[in-house]
Amino acid sequence: MTRDRDLPESLDAAWLRGLTQTRITRRTALAGAGALSLSAFLAACGIGGTQQNAVSHQNWVWDKATKAGTLDFANWPLYIDTAEDSAGNTTYPSLVEFTKQTGIKVNYSEPIQDNAEFFAKIAPQLQAGSAIGYDIIVVTNGIQLTNLMAKHWLTELDPTKLSNFFQNGSKRVLNRSFDAGNRFTIPWQSGFTGIAYNTKKISREINSYNDLYDPAFKGKVGMFTNTQDTGNLTLLGMGIKPQNSKPSDWQKAANKLKGLRDSGILRKFYDQSYIKALSAGDTVISMAWSGDVYQANLSAENTDLKFLLPKEGGVIWTDNMCIPLGAAHPLDAITYMNYVYDPKVAAQLAEAINYITPVSTAKAVVEQDAAAAPDAATRDSLQATANSSAVFPSDADLANTSYYRELNPTESTQWNDIFNAVILS
Amino acid sequence: MAVAGRIAVRRPALAMRLGRALAPYLLVLPGSTWLILFFLFPLLTLAITSLMSGDFVSGFQLTWNFGNYTYGLALYATQYTHSVEYGVSATLIAFLFAYPTAYWITFHAGPRKSAYLLVLLLPFFVSFVLRTLSWETLMGDDGPLLGPLKSAHLIPSDFRVLATPIAVTFGLAYTFFPYMLLPIYASLEKIDKRLVEAAEDLYASRFEVVRRVIFPLSIPGVFAGVLLTGIPTTADFVNQTLLGGAGTTMIGRVIEQQFEVSANYPLASALAFVFMLGLLAMLLAYQRLFGTEELMRAR
Repeated sequence: MTRDRDLPESLDAAWLRGLTQTRITRRTALAGAGALSLSAFLAACGIGGTQQNAVSHQNWVWDKATKAGTLDFANWPLYIDTAEDSAGNTTYPSLVEFTKQTGIKVNYSEPIQDNAEFFAKIAPQLQAGSAIGYDIIVVTNGIQLTNLMAKHWLTELDPTKLSNFFQNGSKRVLNRSFDAGNRFTIPWQSGFTGIAYNTKKISREINSYNDLYDPAFKGKVGMFTNTQDTGNLTLLGMGIKPQNSKPSDWQKAANKLKGLRDSGILRKFYDQSYIKALSAGDTVISMAWSGDVYQANLSAENTDLKFLLPKEGGVIWTDNMCIPLGAAHPLDAITYMNYVYDPKVAAQLAEAINYITPVSTAKAVVEQDAAAAPDAATRDSLQATANSSAVFPSDADLANTSYYRELNPTESTQWNDIFNAVILS
Repeated sequence: MAVAGRIAVRRPALAMRLGRALAPYLLVLPGSTWLILFFLFPLLTLAITSLMSGDFVSGFQLTWNFGNYTYGLALYATQYTHSVEYGVSATLIAFLFAYPTAYWITFHAGPRKSAYLLVLLLPFFVSFVLRTLSWETLMGDDGPLLGPLKSAHLIPSDFRVLATPIAVTFGLAYTFFPYMLLPIYASLEKIDKRLVEAAEDLYASRFEVVRRVIFPLSIPGVFAGVLLTGIPTTADFVNQTLLGGAGTTMIGRVIEQQFEVSANYPLASALAFVFMLGLLAMLLAYQRLFGTEELMRAR
């Protein structure tokens, strides 16, 4: 099926066809009895289902894209470097620098709290073919990103505009199984799903997934509501590689979780609030995301949380920048995506947020910054960042981690139903 | 309108008759448009969606797939039970707290009635998610309430309130308390105080007055309060998400998750439809058993 490249998205071919073909006249409709028209109406019912002809559409985007001087960037909270200006307003140094270099003004916002929730918000707009008002969104690899790509709701990236990415991106991010060839996305930052515990409340050594099942912690164990984190980490804990797992393995994992729930050891399946529960002492050991533990130890008076990857293996995930279809300023967006792959910028972000940076050469920059630090405390903190396996993981660290099991739409329903039977019980 | 105008000039009598005939329909028009647009149409959409099959990516098609209903009911029967269980208990608790409060304000608060009412309702000016979150902090295992009790060894160290059905039930009762209090207060307030005096003149005890005069007269308020509290408590999912634990999920949460997270619209619609029908059946039964009119007549 070829498509006129200049045909705007709003002029759907089916709609044009409808204009030029015979339609049901009022008289035939009246004659055609209620039942008939009702069944016609019902048959016309359906949600979604049409897929765009991606390739021609994307070329159309990049041929026409011009620099607009504006960029609407939607990100997660606490996920970028910040500073305070003299008036006490929050500023983002790396964005200020970007505006200085390129003249593109960035409208930075943090509307994304949860992949599913954000997806539910933008999906109807994308389905209707209208723009969502953001040029860059940051989405974790997983069911929602798979859906966005499968529906062709993302603009295919133009590799010629991403020279920094291909030059500086670490080996790991250049080749991600869920978006082979970086067709739609490039990483923002990555992180681990592992285990965190309160060193004040637990004196013994914690190193295994099965420590979550210790009866000594009865009623004090937390896990994630998110079926992907809880499911994949449990599979790893049982010695099953998620990528090779079958539905029967998922069922086994769900049964293991059911046992934990019934024993009363498990307190609750948490959303982002797990970190609050852990800091407040409602839980003493919990599944956790790496960066959160770092930030919790920074902010609260409580610095007793420790994050680790269980010896059976941890989960690695990547939050990905992508350009939603219909974005008003795609060229500005891709310019920025390329900009953050400058090692200097990557180092600036890593020093501020301590997630796994996609640019491994940023380590040298962090070390230089440490050497040039004005005082000892800053130097130590920067040196710790440069040596941290949570920011610059070694190949050995990465070898013991897996991505989420990739799920096609049928599998994803099955996966969710199996794990929700216990998580939503 | 122009036609009607012309007629009006020539034959006013007919226009008046026409106007009279049309008036009720015109009056009901805004309401019925509202109902059709925002109730019947979504309801129809929900019913149709519940019979579809497919997946998010390839789209959902209407296939008269009644399997969504049996599958959903088999998978989430316990969550329906939880909803009814917590909803009914919360309504009962709210009633037990609200009735005496409303009674005291009406008959014993004197001139400061509205001040007391305001004090009671003041917390509810704050967003209810925030209030529930503060409960979470207050009731934490080592929180300001349980922490000192635990260090004084008054309660066992593994005692907890959060992540239990009790926390969910009381959270619900608290959240919807005003919906119980206000209708009861309104109906108590309307009671003619001379009836109370008359009962006392006839040597009814305090208790007898409440049982045989005040309570029967306040039943319309109780009826309304129970409806206004019972429906949202049964359908709520926020309290359960914040205060509940593993194994306390209510059906509202499941529906929300199926819509938002799993994007399984047919299953979510089927679950929602069953829930709505169940709630309707419960309401009809309740109306039958305790309906105001029957009670009035029985008296």
